[in-house]
Amino acid sequence: MADIAFLMLIFFLVTTTIANDRGLSMQLPPPPEANPQDVKIQEHNMFKIQLNSSDALLVEGNPMSDVTGLKDDIKKFILNRGNDPTMSDSPEKAIISYKTDRGTTHKRFIEILDIIQGAYYDIYAEQAGVTNQKFREAASLLSEGDNRQIYDKGRAGIPMQVSIAEPTKVGN
Amino acid sequence: MSKFKKKTVVKQDIPTSSMPDVVFMLLFFFMVTTELRETAIDVQQRIPEATQLRKLQRKSLVTNLYIGEPKKTEQFGKEAKIQADDVFIEPKDIILWVNRQKDLLAEAERDQLTVALKVDNEAKRGIIADVESELRKANARKILYNTMAKKEVVR
Repeated sequence: MADIAFLMLIFFLVTTTIANDRGLSMQLPPPPEANPQDVKIQEHNMFKIQLNSSDALLVEGNPMSDVTGLKDDIKKFILNRGNDPTMSDSPEKAIISYKTDRGTTHKRFIEILDIIQGAYYDIYAEQAGVTNQKFREAASLLSEGDNRQIYDKGRAGIPMQVSIAEPTKVGN
Repeated sequence: MSKFKKKTVVKQDIPTSSMPDVVFMLLFFFMVTTELRETAIDVQQRIPEATQLRKLQRKSLVTNLYIGEPKKTEQFGKEAKIQADDVFIEPKDIILWVNRQKDLLAEAERDQLTVALKVDNEAKRGIIADVESELRKANARKILYNTMAKKEVVR
């Protein structure tokens, strides 16, 4: 009995791959229209993050090598509500513009996207009165319990507006 | 002296009577968590790390695209490639591929299709952006960049 069980155990041990279905969730914008209208966005409502082909980071026009403060900068920008004229008028109008190059590595892209989404999730979680992790769990499983309420409460008035621009073509 | 000597004789056997139980428990664990892989992945998969993970709940709505440098570089070159199911595809084939994936789903669920992009660390943004623009055209706009969990640094 134990022998057979061992044999099967070893079989499953070898063939098993524990599925990894977690990651950064995104919603792509609708396909580009044939004749796009010009939408005027005020400069101060946009938080510009750029990555070049050698993975160097430019935030609001200034080079940045240490990303630890970036999350707080983004949060401050979104929740400015018109206090500082150089930052967003309101969370609805705030747009995070994220531009990369064709030569930027995926690793670096994910690292910065993680920070941007982290800033938003922190704000949502605070507004909903739960922890960041709890909010993300609720957002992943809306149909269960009061997750829908948590999600709606957190996102009220603060849409996640991350614009990922078509990459430039310097590297490759 | 002899009084004390007797005490040093200790039984050294490990009781094995519960071994089958333990083995069965492990066996069931692996049987339940296992997922047999139907496709062999032919591209490098060093998945990046992130902290703000979201979990996908409905696995039937998820379809995978693998992007990375081919493992057999002498045959396929070093340029990153896109693998769907068992074959390499070009960005222009993606619309067709998405429509085929949507056909597998029930009518009401077709707009909920989520494409999980399993992209190698060293893959370039260029190819991923091409894939994304095709996905937009194919109207499969829910995507997920697969990542591993990184321990969040508490500051």
